Amino acid sequence: MSAPLEKRDLRIGVTPLTDCAPIAVACERGLFAEEGLRVEVSREPSWANIRDKVAAGVLDAAHMLAPMPLAASLGAGPLHQPMGTALSLGLGGNAITVSLALWRRMEALDPDALEAPAARVRALARVAAQRRAAGMPALRLALVFPFSMHAYELRYWLASAGLDPDRDVRLLVVPPPRMVAELEAGAIDGFCVGEPWNSVAVRRGSGVVALATHDLWNHAPEKVLGVSRAWAERHPGTHRALLRALLRAARWCDEPGHRAELARLLAEGGYVAAPLDALLPSLHDELPVGPGGATRRIAHFHVFDRFAAGFPWRSHAAWILTQMLRWGQLEKALDVRAAAADVYWTELHREVAAELGMARPQIDEKIEGEHAAPWKLAGASGETLLAPDRFLDGARFDPARVADSLRACAVHALRVPLDELEAAQRPRG
Amino acid sequence: MGGKLRIALVDEKPERSSSLEAALIAEGYDVVARLGGADDLRARIAELAPDVIIVDMQSPDRDVLEDMQRIHREAPRPIVMFVDESDGPSIRAAVRAGVSAYVVDGLRSRSVRPIVEVAIARFEEFQALRHELEEALESLEERKLVDRAKGILMERRGIGEQEAYRLLRKAAMDRQVKLAELARQLIATAELL
Repeated sequence: MSAPLEKRDLRIGVTPLTDCAPIAVACERGLFAEEGLRVEVSREPSWANIRDKVAAGVLDAAHMLAPMPLAASLGAGPLHQPMGTALSLGLGGNAITVSLALWRRMEALDPDALEAPAARVRALARVAAQRRAAGMPALRLALVFPFSMHAYELRYWLASAGLDPDRDVRLLVVPPPRMVAELEAGAIDGFCVGEPWNSVAVRRGSGVVALATHDLWNHAPEKVLGVSRAWAERHPGTHRALLRALLRAARWCDEPGHRAELARLLAEGGYVAAPLDALLPSLHDELPVGPGGATRRIAHFHVFDRFAAGFPWRSHAAWILTQMLRWGQLEKALDVRAAAADVYWTELHREVAAELGMARPQIDEKIEGEHAAPWKLAGASGETLLAPDRFLDGARFDPARVADSLRACAVHALRVPLDELEAAQRPRG
Repeated sequence: MGGKLRIALVDEKPERSSSLEAALIAEGYDVVARLGGADDLRARIAELAPDVIIVDMQSPDRDVLEDMQRIHREAPRPIVMFVDESDGPSIRAAVRAGVSAYVVDGLRSRSVRPIVEVAIARFEEFQALRHELEEALESLEERKLVDRAKGILMERRGIGEQEAYRLLRKAAMDRQVKLAELARQLIATAELL
């Protein structure tokens, strides 16, 4: 039997992006109602609103950037309040787009580098160097929030070519719905954002997709269902009902033949302010990449349910915390795996998934970067098919050895001495 | 620090921000700028280096501000969200009113609190005004619906206006729906026939 509901009327915050899909589907297809929940979806104009409204209890839960509950729990950023997640809302879905003008410069300086997506940042580095030599202002690249996968993906990509993201280019925050307009106005030279905004820029002929972040880290974590710890403690039954509805909605999103209907529901339900035909391609694994209708096929570009996508891997959280350390967003040493365990509630996820008969990994973390193809993990509830998780540079990320990972980074803005960080890690139990 | 606290307002609604500005000046504060979406927020805030920034929560520019960890160029000080530790519900009151406040780190909660309270009061006043306006518009809209439904009944049944109104009221009560809602349904059905 399900636990009683402490609260039935809920407000859930979303931002207008394709990956709010499970929340939109649970609402529009009556899955919340089947759990006895009456949900009002609140479209928020900023990520900061999402965080603060969840902190203040004005929103019960929200579509959050995966790094957000970690940052809020640790007080990295302007608000310090314990938050957590028992559900990843999906994997992947971002890309890095550059303006047509920047793409032409890259082509002129290093045409060979453009052949393979992974090498394109070399051409970008040449452009950056040339601008510096000519005394021109640095390239301006936009991301959506300082604590976002977009920030870490863009920084990882730049650093892979030896570019220092804080010195060699100018990173700035631009709200997603404004990205394309700013690119067209010449206020920025490129951006890293979720769909549909890369597709919109490409279709308007103003941008070229330089890299799908899938190339950077296959099926990287992206959004989570974030709640405050206090809310989760006061509403355990409601929280579970919410998780069940969203797990079922995510499953619906990934069932064959549902993607066209999903796109229509997002566009017509007012969840994403973009035309239907801008939403369709990436939901069908065909990312528009360049002028003249060029597309690139990326298998499982958006994943909501497949590969146990809802599972909140603590190794995802540990990777995110490592990036926060790498780029100076954390000033004090911390036990990374313990911090990940505080915020990523794997056991609760497993219990709820088991109620729905969904197979889930029995482990909480894995070594990231070891799988180039889908792979199987044996567990108590049967085998689970998991996603490829390769990094662009072939790196291997072991959550128990974060200091080693950071030691290997030539470009960084670390503020915590690595020996102190190493001493703060509890030995693997 | 000494001297008056320097405040910047970020709000798309000029009437609201000018009334807030006047209220803050009357309380003895220094309002250094009223900024909107057309301004280069990043550059203006860096140049003005205010002690307190009051931002409309409906503004997407909040995320732009979140990126400005340090606003004072010389002796950089990080900006943080204003959360009054001594009074838990205050962040809730601010969020409900649609106000967010950033302050330079180290400013005493006691000195910032009155500023945030003035902002909350002004934002609430505007919310109330807008609410009244919406209600007035809605009741006007509802009256039009009821009038149209009455007209349909009068024509189809050959009855007087009072009788038509009585029928509508009774049907609404029997079905436990609002009068305007019943009128809306009746009009929709009549259009089909």
